[in-house]
Amino acid sequence: MSAETTSTLIQLLYLAASVLFILGLRGLGNAATARRGVQLAEVGMLLAVIGTLMRHEIISYTWIIVGLVLGSLIGTVMAISIPMTKMPERIALSHAFGGLAVALVGISEYWHHQHVGEAMNNLQITATGFEVLFGAVTFTGSLMAFGKLQGLLPGAPMTFPGQNALNALFVVAALGLVGVVIASQDTQLAFWGLCGLGLLMGVTLVLPIGGADMPVVICLLNSYAGLAAAATGFALKNNVLIICGALDGGSGFLLGMMMSKAMNRSFSNVLFGAFGKVADSGPKKAGTASGPAPNEGSIDDAVEILGSAQKVIVIPGYGLAVSQAQHAVKDLANVLQKKGVDVKYAIHPVAGRMPGHMNVLLAEAQVPYEQLFDLDQINDEFASTDVALVVGANDVVNTAAREDPKSSIYGMPVFNVDQAKSCIVLKRSLNPGFAGIENALFVKPHTMLVLGDAKKTLLNFVQGLKEPGGH
Amino acid sequence: MSLIEVVIFSLYIFVLAAFVGYQLITRVPNLLHTPLMAATNAISGISLVGSMVAAGTEHGTVTTVLGTIAVTAATINVVGGFMITDRMLKMFRKGPQK
Repeated sequence: MSAETTSTLIQLLYLAASVLFILGLRGLGNAATARRGVQLAEVGMLLAVIGTLMRHEIISYTWIIVGLVLGSLIGTVMAISIPMTKMPERIALSHAFGGLAVALVGISEYWHHQHVGEAMNNLQITATGFEVLFGAVTFTGSLMAFGKLQGLLPGAPMTFPGQNALNALFVVAALGLVGVVIASQDTQLAFWGLCGLGLLMGVTLVLPIGGADMPVVICLLNSYAGLAAAATGFALKNNVLIICGALDGGSGFLLGMMMSKAMNRSFSNVLFGAFGKVADSGPKKAGTASGPAPNEGSIDDAVEILGSAQKVIVIPGYGLAVSQAQHAVKDLANVLQKKGVDVKYAIHPVAGRMPGHMNVLLAEAQVPYEQLFDLDQINDEFASTDVALVVGANDVVNTAAREDPKSSIYGMPVFNVDQAKSCIVLKRSLNPGFAGIENALFVKPHTMLVLGDAKKTLLNFVQGLKEPGGH
Repeated sequence: MSLIEVVIFSLYIFVLAAFVGYQLITRVPNLLHTPLMAATNAISGISLVGSMVAAGTEHGTVTTVLGTIAVTAATINVVGGFMITDRMLKMFRKGPQK
């Protein structure tokens, strides 16, 4: 093949890959077509890899194959071994890999041009600057998010005086360094400074954000990873990279906006508000002299209520993932459904630590997705429900969001669980939730708190309901 | 193409792709947001394209080493991301188990 034919063929393969990625995302619009869509995207990736292998710049395949084999092995082991409850951790970690790959590509491009004394054009150097910056921020930022989710770092917001001012200063400094690198790309100090500052910013931007806000952070890092890939595309004049970067960057940004909206907060408030640090409204601790004590109940009390229910709505939260109670929930639902009880699941957009986290866990426990409902689909049904069963959810059922204008989550859309005839809340302890806010639901007259590990409690419910005369 | 034409052309691609992305992502139900993130994560492994060039051009040891690490990291995302997306999507069932 002549060089021109080869290069045309490569471009056509990249075009086909781009179309397949778009069709793949389109398939994800519906659970019935999702698997097929992802398979199309897989074919697209294969075509893009084949096209790249045909490029004339590539002289040696040895190290490419080493990387491909090593990466496939690690990727496969991670994909097979990671439990569904750890999905947010795994996504955070993979954003770190994505950021690392992009930053290294940018650095090696820059290094090569410096080494042979060949100047990059203005587009290349600008794009490379942003590529390295976004890549580095994504890398360390994702590692911080991973550390917080994994419990290696404290989940609470870690703040220090002047932290927002410092971050603003860093952003200005980073843009300044990009400017210096563009103006005189031989100033290696500025380029390496940019890499270092990017790494530092990943840490300082994510550390102050609390564990409960991780869904938004993960979305945003997804977006950064996409923007970094798009910048690579600009630098390498590669359209498939630009397209994927734009799809990915747009997706992450949009999901982040949706999550913020579901918490009735602005993007900037999530990112710079250090939420949960100053939760100073309402009673400091439920059960202190300032407020009524929460109503605690035993397993038997709860079984009695569940035993006479006709309609039950389960509201899962992060606690379900922590206690790995998804199968126990399904067991309970099975017992109830066998008795003719109508069981539904109400899933808040920000339940868990990443968008859709609860849906995946319940799917793992083989709950049919027809029984899973979004906030606006089900919120009117609580008034006609006998039992709202809250499993490890906290903020998304906090009635203070509706009733207490002083509460820091006031205005956030929450489930109207207090409208159900009874509300059973499974909770590990009386400590406030991850957002550090007192829950006004717990002291409502129809609420019953059952303390303990959610999984054990649910299995005890199942046992109690199965016993003859258990209700 | 002159440099400025390349910039404009690339911006066209970027903006139109972002627009398509916006339209597609808004149609993904909340139910599938975790598989969506895993899938876009796998797709962002397209940086493999740049990484492979860096690893295979024989532009010196530094470029090769950085390129090989980049290929490994991107491949982890591609292979792991697609596998885990499929693993999740396999679990979603509409009706009760038969």
